[in-house]
Amino acid sequence: MSFANDNLAVLFEWNGTTVYLTQTLVSTWVVMGALILLAIVVRVWLSRFKNVPKGFQNIIEILVETMSNFTKSTMGEKLEGFGGYFYSIFAFILFSNYSGLVGLRPPTADLATTAALALSTFLLIHGSGIYMRRGRYIKDYFSPYPIFFPINLMGELSKPISLAFRLFGNMLAGVIIVGLVYQMLPLALRFVLPDVLHAYFDIFAGALQAFIFTVLSMTFIQQKAIGDS
Amino acid sequence: MDPKAFVLGCSALAAGICTLSGLGSGLGQGIAAGKAAEAVGRQPEARGAVMSTMLVGAAVAETCSVYGLIIALILLMANPLVSML
Repeated sequence: MSFANDNLAVLFEWNGTTVYLTQTLVSTWVVMGALILLAIVVRVWLSRFKNVPKGFQNIIEILVETMSNFTKSTMGEKLEGFGGYFYSIFAFILFSNYSGLVGLRPPTADLATTAALALSTFLLIHGSGIYMRRGRYIKDYFSPYPIFFPINLMGELSKPISLAFRLFGNMLAGVIIVGLVYQMLPLALRFVLPDVLHAYFDIFAGALQAFIFTVLSMTFIQQKAIGDS
Repeated sequence: MDPKAFVLGCSALAAGICTLSGLGSGLGQGIAAGKAAEAVGRQPEARGAVMSTMLVGAAVAETCSVYGLIIALILLMANPLVSML
């Protein structure tokens, strides 16, 4: 029995390396398709939006307002512009984690996806830190005393690793435990009993991990870009 | 004794021991949840802020047990020791 990320077909060969069409890739495309479809629907409806909201417009406005208030309260007025990036990261991780509910393998149960997400957070942390604080950004590495430099450096390097492994480990644990229970149960019982596990591992842990990835990224960026002052 | 069987058996044992890393984070999360319940009891109007802070803290505490889980998975599914024989 294997819970590995199966290769479905060969995509192309490049410099002697074969690139496969994996389960993760298929479910990432499905998630991307769902998100793009949602965006197009909202964009088409946007031209029909009125000053006094009604129905569908209410839902969209509530979502956008909640998230922009959340960004403002976590990162401060100055960094409110990061909101758009974090809405899309949150939506992508949430949809990825919930794709386990429709029988796909969640893309976040693959280290490649979570490492890519953590790497973009890493670039944003240091990019915004250098852009907004310049000299004080360098000085941070030597505080409180210059001898702390290696410790500070290790702390910075461990941030993306812990972000990537937290999301990956949680989602993979869900995939493996739910998969083991499905293997254990007879066919007749597979429809009702695992629902409790899906409710915990996919719905609760999925939403929680998406939220935590977003909040931690926000806090890290805010620490570097604004500092303690 | 077949050396491969010995290595695989020891790896399975090690994977079991790796899951003990859940012990510490379980204790920590329990303490965090207890303190959060105390805080909500003392100040019920701050419920939302206390809850979100506790959830983030609990998830951070969970990281070390996730590392243990990943080591256990590597030992079981992609064992690096077998190829060294």
